[in-house]
Amino acid sequence: MSNPLSDMEHPNVIFAIGTNMTECHPVAATRLKKAIARGAKMIVADPRTTRMAKIADLHLPIRVGSDVALLLAMAHVIARDDLIDPDFINARTAGGEEFLKHVQQFPPEWAAPICEVDASLIEKAARWYGEGSPAAIFYTLGITEHICGVDNVQSLCNLALMTGNLGNIGGGINPMRGQNNIQGAGDCGAVPSNFPGFQACADPENAKKFSDAYGIAIDSEKGITKVTALNNAGKDGPDGIHAMLIDGENTVVSDPDKKHCEQALRSLDHLVVIDIFMTETAQMADIVLPATAFAETDGVQTNTERRVQRLRAAVKPPGEAKPDWWIISGIAKHMETPGFEFQSARDVFNELCSLSPIYNGLNWDRIENGEYQWPVPTSEHPGTPRLHEEEFKNGRGLFKVIGYRDPAEVIDSDFPVWLTTGRRLQAYHTRTQTGRSSGIDYLLDEESLEIHPDDANAWGIDDGDFVRMSSRRGTIEIKARLTDRSPRGTVFTSFSFASVPVNILTGSGYDPVTDTAELKVCPVAIEPISNT
Amino acid sequence: MIALKDKSSGTILGSVTIDDQLVEFHEGETIYQIAERSRRNIPTLCYDDRLEAFGACRVCVVEVEGIRNPVASCTTLASDGMVIRTKTDTIEKYRKTLLEMVASENRDLDINELAGYASQELGTLLDLYQARNGRFKGKQSGHSNQDDKNPFILRDYDNCISCYRCVRVCAEQEGDHAINVMNRGFETQITTEFGNDLRDSQCTFCGQCVQTCPTGALTDKKAIRAKDLDGEVHKTRSVCPYCGVGCAVDILTKGERVVGIQPAMDGPANEGALCIKGQYAFDFVHHPDRLTKPLIRQPDGSFREAEWEEALQAAADGFKKVRQKHGRHSVYGIASGRAPHEAAYTMQKFMRAGFGTNYIDNCSRS
Repeated sequence: MSNPLSDMEHPNVIFAIGTNMTECHPVAATRLKKAIARGAKMIVADPRTTRMAKIADLHLPIRVGSDVALLLAMAHVIARDDLIDPDFINARTAGGEEFLKHVQQFPPEWAAPICEVDASLIEKAARWYGEGSPAAIFYTLGITEHICGVDNVQSLCNLALMTGNLGNIGGGINPMRGQNNIQGAGDCGAVPSNFPGFQACADPENAKKFSDAYGIAIDSEKGITKVTALNNAGKDGPDGIHAMLIDGENTVVSDPDKKHCEQALRSLDHLVVIDIFMTETAQMADIVLPATAFAETDGVQTNTERRVQRLRAAVKPPGEAKPDWWIISGIAKHMETPGFEFQSARDVFNELCSLSPIYNGLNWDRIENGEYQWPVPTSEHPGTPRLHEEEFKNGRGLFKVIGYRDPAEVIDSDFPVWLTTGRRLQAYHTRTQTGRSSGIDYLLDEESLEIHPDDANAWGIDDGDFVRMSSRRGTIEIKARLTDRSPRGTVFTSFSFASVPVNILTGSGYDPVTDTAELKVCPVAIEPISNT
Repeated sequence: MIALKDKSSGTILGSVTIDDQLVEFHEGETIYQIAERSRRNIPTLCYDDRLEAFGACRVCVVEVEGIRNPVASCTTLASDGMVIRTKTDTIEKYRKTLLEMVASENRDLDINELAGYASQELGTLLDLYQARNGRFKGKQSGHSNQDDKNPFILRDYDNCISCYRCVRVCAEQEGDHAINVMNRGFETQITTEFGNDLRDSQCTFCGQCVQTCPTGALTDKKAIRAKDLDGEVHKTRSVCPYCGVGCAVDILTKGERVVGIQPAMDGPANEGALCIKGQYAFDFVHHPDRLTKPLIRQPDGSFREAEWEEALQAAADGFKKVRQKHGRHSVYGIASGRAPHEAAYTMQKFMRAGFGTNYIDNCSRS
């Protein structure tokens, strides 16, 4: 997030797009509710009538995957009605002129048939956002899990840049991170493009810094993504991946195109999985190593507002389970790799801080009370609750000229229904944890497919019937639940239940820049399963 | 004089005298807030500093010169020159009588601390003011709702004192309005719309009502299961393991067992709030399915348990063999978005220091 969580109580206008926050980040959503109670207006763009949509002042039930069209048309209205912030554009951005010219082509009347919402609603949303300063944008995977995920994010940046809603209290662009330490995994350099602290691998100076620190020549070009690695698994030739170390990820249930993923892992010569349970992924491993869990592990994690906080062990782990860092270091030492003589989580974290400019001012003792938000470049630095207050890290905020394109697959006569997937309040991801916690079943004991009652009627489906749902990649059977939460022509389910492996169906395409899968859009065909 | 440390948070309106001490205050401050700031420790029952002051319990009364009757300090705004006394004999007697009346319905109240964060507030005050003397005896109000079979929130309204903290936290903090007040006086009952079970209301089982209840009328059903376990309750400050909001929690343990979770009221991300997952989905930690030994796959496809030394060697040998056969770009690492920094950092170092490649990623692409 560019802004701290506490800023969520201060916008005049909230623009929440592709974020089911009351189910996926309920505690953050309470702050939005307080802002609304105080008088802030909320615009929600989401195909489904989620609780967020219900408490919004304006709901845009856009067709899945049409976000760029909506955002272009909003930019058009903001420019046309002179709601831009010329001082901000002049002082702090680049490419504004070209962008403002570009959006002239995209009036709401152009976007309306693509988004399947009235042009008047798009007009209204644009004017509210344009006039609402401070206006804050919130998004989650409904923006990123598309073949145009990067375009979506940059379109949101364009809106914030043209209205000067960056670096201000109650404004900003705020992605809500979905996992407790997914921000931290990036911070720590567990990405193919960056060393710890977002130091680009492709910069030879950084490659030299880490080659020196680690005592080995490290490639000065970025690595391949997980998606590519899985595609190359077992392949002959120089691109082939033949061994993997996977820590705490149930890849075969959470990733798109389940069959492809299983095949990839099966084709490896050597698979080592570190986890706390025998997940579907661990079952495919050659070696499974038991890790410590929440309440058993000392460590650090970073939240969605870049706040660096301590985890503390409260109980002993079961049996011989060990912290992940101990296990990984153990394998490294058995490979005679130097530099893994860590004695504690403190040692590891302090080494990270010494190599990461955004953590340079931190160490294990300083984060005791969790008051720092990175970047914290020096030990005198108070931390950075709000990014971009005075200037952008790379000088000027760049407008990006973006065009709309269709999802990787669109509905046709064979697959005439849009499927979109997501989460539910009571289940977390593949339920390895919530599924093993008592009481949760009382509220959610099975997965179902949300179908609009009018569609169900037309397709001959009753509430509670099992249906067969197919995409170009496979077929699953799932129980139908009739609800007007999903619009006509679009169905919804989560991927949380292994009994309903919806990711057999997904995987139609990937964003060309980030390799993020288009999990939010998948054309399907649905038919009732006859009882006879 | 006690000067305001933070001059920025509002116009300074003047000063008041609290128990002979001169204290500065700024616009909008109540007597209670000023008194708290100068450590006067005024007792309260219906007060939760995250909520709008309510003035229902009257336990926080103080004397203000020039005003005949005691005033509720939580709802009375300070004005310049006020002379306030927080602990006179009259005030203390008033408070005791109030508490004796509150205790008329539940003088045997004995609430385990596992019931909820604030669950012992009433019991503590009754003991402090020696108010369990049975001076008043009368009708019972409120009745326990044992029919609601939800596994998280016990609704024992026999202990309810109608402070409405649960109703207010649900409305003001959560914005859910799942519970409300029905009837008045002795007939007062906290209930859901149409008296339904919580499951059939707007309730999301975030647990906020449980944590703010000062009497244990609302009790954490999961935590209270451990009340007869041996040992003291120990609290360890940590962070919730679910989404990216990073809510600070206190892990409640007895010995080597996690028995419950309470939100950290001073957690910077959550300020006392949690959701159903953070509040109640903690017992996966002790689930019998947990992996406890390294496992190595045998030629017949089954796993056998191994010692760490053997398993680490086998893991390392496998990577060495693949590297030898296919080169250093044939090995890939996937870090977890669920494990702490130390896991992610060592994972990326494992690849970079071990193979000289950037063949490392995490689960954020799906």
